[in-house]
Amino acid sequence: MYGKKIKLRAIFLILFLISIILSVFLVLKSLEENVVYFISPSEIKKLPTINDKKIRVGGMVKNKSISIKLDSVNFIITDFKNEINVVYSGAVPNLFAEGKGVVAEGFLKDRNYLNAIKILAKHDENYMPPEVKEAIGD
Amino acid sequence: MLISQIGYYSLVLGLIFSILIIPVSIKNLNNDIKFDSRIFSISFLQFIFVLISFLSLIFSFIYSDFSNETVYNNSHTSKPLFYKISGTWGNHEGSLLLWLLVLTLFIFLFLIQSKNQPKKYKILTLLFQQIIIIGFFLFVIKTSNPFNYLFPIPAEGLGLNPILQDPALAIHPPILYLGYVGSSIIFSSSLAAILANYINQSWAKSIKFWILVSWIFLTFGIMLGSIWAYYELGWGGFWFWDPVENISLMPWLSLTALLHCILVLEKKFSLGSWTIILSISTFILSMSGTFLVRSGILNSVHTFANDPERGLFILFFLFSLIFLSLIIFFGFYKEKQIPNQKFFLFSKETSIVVNNWFIMYFLSVILIGTVYPIFLDILSNDKISVGPPFYNKLILPFLILFLFFMTIGPSLNWIRSDFKKIKNKLLIYFIFSFLICLLIFYNISSLNLISSILLLSAAYLFYFTIMDFFKNKFTNISQSISHLGFSLLVISILLNSIFSNEVSMNLKLGEKFKFQNGVILFESLKKRQGSNYESLIGTFRIKDNKNKITILNPEIRIYDQPETITSEADIKTTLYSDKFIVMNLVSKDEYFNVRYQIKSFMIWIWISGILIAIGGMSTFLRRSYEK
Repeated sequence: MYGKKIKLRAIFLILFLISIILSVFLVLKSLEENVVYFISPSEIKKLPTINDKKIRVGGMVKNKSISIKLDSVNFIITDFKNEINVVYSGAVPNLFAEGKGVVAEGFLKDRNYLNAIKILAKHDENYMPPEVKEAIGD
Repeated sequence: MLISQIGYYSLVLGLIFSILIIPVSIKNLNNDIKFDSRIFSISFLQFIFVLISFLSLIFSFIYSDFSNETVYNNSHTSKPLFYKISGTWGNHEGSLLLWLLVLTLFIFLFLIQSKNQPKKYKILTLLFQQIIIIGFFLFVIKTSNPFNYLFPIPAEGLGLNPILQDPALAIHPPILYLGYVGSSIIFSSSLAAILANYINQSWAKSIKFWILVSWIFLTFGIMLGSIWAYYELGWGGFWFWDPVENISLMPWLSLTALLHCILVLEKKFSLGSWTIILSISTFILSMSGTFLVRSGILNSVHTFANDPERGLFILFFLFSLIFLSLIIFFGFYKEKQIPNQKFFLFSKETSIVVNNWFIMYFLSVILIGTVYPIFLDILSNDKISVGPPFYNKLILPFLILFLFFMTIGPSLNWIRSDFKKIKNKLLIYFIFSFLICLLIFYNISSLNLISSILLLSAAYLFYFTIMDFFKNKFTNISQSISHLGFSLLVISILLNSIFSNEVSMNLKLGEKFKFQNGVILFESLKKRQGSNYESLIGTFRIKDNKNKITILNPEIRIYDQPETITSEADIKTTLYSDKFIVMNLVSKDEYFNVRYQIKSFMIWIWISGILIAIGGMSTFLRRSYEK
C-alpha cells in the first residue's frame, strides 16, 4: 500500500516537472514571436532592415497632417526630429487630434510608411503614454 | 472643513484602536481564559471609526467642500450627485480609505463568523489581519491622507475624469475590493492555522466561506469592469489582455484553484500545504496588483497619481508580508501524516490536482505576459507590449484539455473511481456532442482546427453538465451551475470571435457608406445639454442585406471639467447579436469617424459570467437548506 503511494507521488512529480519544463519552453518561444516592440520615428530611420513584424510607433501627430477620406485616415507621426506617414483605416480614439500624442500599431511598408491596424486610445487630456513622452523627450 | 477634521481624527482614533487590539489579544492568547470579549468591542470600534472617516469623506464630496484637497482634485459642483458620491473612491486617497474600511469590516465579521473556532487560531488570525490593517492605516495617514487641507479654498474643483462617470464603474471598485480584501482574511487565517496547528477539515470548512465570498465578489468585479470597457471605451471588445485587466484576473485564477483545492482538504484531509501556498499567493497577487497599478508602473485609468513614495511604501509592505509568510510557512508548517491515507489515480482528488495544474499554468502565462515587459523596460530599455496573440496561442490549446478534464473530473468519486463504470457514459455524451458540433461545423466554413476542437470540448462539457444536473438532482448544484457557466462562456466567446464583424468609415452628415453587409446612412446630428456636459447625438440608419432597418444613436459627450470628450456607444442587444455603433470626432473636422460592429452572442458572455458567480452563491443557499 505504502509503496504504491510513493510510486504515485513519483509519477506526479515527474509529470509536474515535465509540464513545467514544457510550459516554460512554450511561454518563452511564444514571447519571442508575439511581442510588439515600441519604436520612435527616429529609430525607424536607423533600422537596418524592414521586416514584417508588428510594431508600435509613438510620437506627436504633426500639425495639419491629418487628411480624412471615406475609408481611411492618413497622418504623420513626428518626434520633432524625424517623421513617418501613417495610413490607417479603422476607428480612431476620441482624443486623436493634431498636436497630441499618439501610438499607432501596425506594419512598416518602408522607412517612411506605416500601415496601421490600430490607434491606441488615451484616457484623458493630461495623460500621455510614457513611451511617447520618452520618444519626444529624447 | 469641520467635516474633514472629523474624518481625519476618527481615522487616527481608528489607528489607535487597531494598535490597542494587539496587546489585548496577546494577553488573551497567553492566558487560559476564554476569548476576551473586549477584543470584539475594540475591533468593532476600529471599524466604526474608519466608517465615520469614510462617511465624512463622502459628505465632503456631496457638499463639494473644496477645502479638502481630495475633493478639489476629483470633484466639481456641476457633477450629478451619484457621481459625486462615487467620486469618493474614484481616486487614490479615497479608494485606499475604502480598502481600509473593508479590511476592518471583514475582520469584525470574521470574529462573528468564527465563533466556534479555537481561541488560539482566532486570535492569531486577528493579529495577522491587524498587521495588514495597521500597514494600511499608516499608508493612508502618511502618504495618502484624504483629508489634506487647502488654503485659500478654491471656488471650484477640477472634476472627475468623465470616463469614470458611469454607473458600472461607480460600483466596480467597491465590489472588486470586497474580493481583494476577502483574500486578506484567507491569508491571515492560513498563517494563523499554521501556527495554531489547525490545518484540518474544520478549518477548511470555515475558511471556505471566505474563499467563496471573495471569489464571488471578484467574479462580479471583473465582469463589471469588462462590461464597462465594452460600452465605454468604444472598441467593442470585452477583454483586451491589458496589464490592468490581467492583474485582476490573476488573483481570481488563484482563488479559483484554492476553491477547488479546499474541497480536497475538507473531504479528504490532504493537499494542506498546497492550500496554504495558494492562500498566500492569492493575497500577494491582490496586493502586488494594487502596487503595480497604484505606483504608476502600469499606465491606465486606474493610475491616479505617480508618487514614488507611495510605490515604495507598498513595495516595502508587500515584501515584509511575503517575508513573514515565508518564515511562518517554512519554519512552522508541519505536514500531518494520516495513517492509511489512500490515494488513487482515478479519483476526484487527482482531477482537482490536475485542475490546479492547469490553472497554475494559465496563471503563469498571464503573469509572465504582464510582468515581462516591465522587466525588459528596466533591464534593457526596450519598450514592448504583449498582445492577445501571445495569450491565445498559449492558453487556447491547453483550454481544450482543461475542458475535457473538467468534464470527467466531477463525475469521479472521492478516493477511488472505477474508470470502466463511467467510461460508457462519457463516451455516449462525447459522441452526442460530436454530432452536434458536426452540425455546427457543417454550417460554418471559416473555422480553424483549434477553434473547432475547442468548441467541441466546450460543448461536451456543457452537455455533460446539463445531463448530470438533471440526473443527480441538486446534489451538486453550485458546481453544475458554475461549470455550465464556464462552458457557456467559452462557447460564446468562440462564436463571438468567429461571427462578429465590423466596418469603420469617416462620414460627413448626410453621407452614405456601402459595405458588404448593408448600407449605413448618417441621417442627422442633434445637440443636447447634459447635466455637466454637452452632447452631440447622431442618428444612423442601417439597412442590412435583408432590408431590415436599424436606427442607432451614438453620442459624443464634451465635458469641460476636466476638458474631455467621451463617446457613448449605442448598442442594440438581441439574443443573437449586439449591433454596436460608436462615433468620434476627428481633429474638429466635419468628418465623423464611425465604427459599426455586429458582435455575435455578446449577451451570452455576460450571462455566462453571471452563471459562474451564481454557482458560487448557490452554495450559501444550500447551506441554509441543510440547517
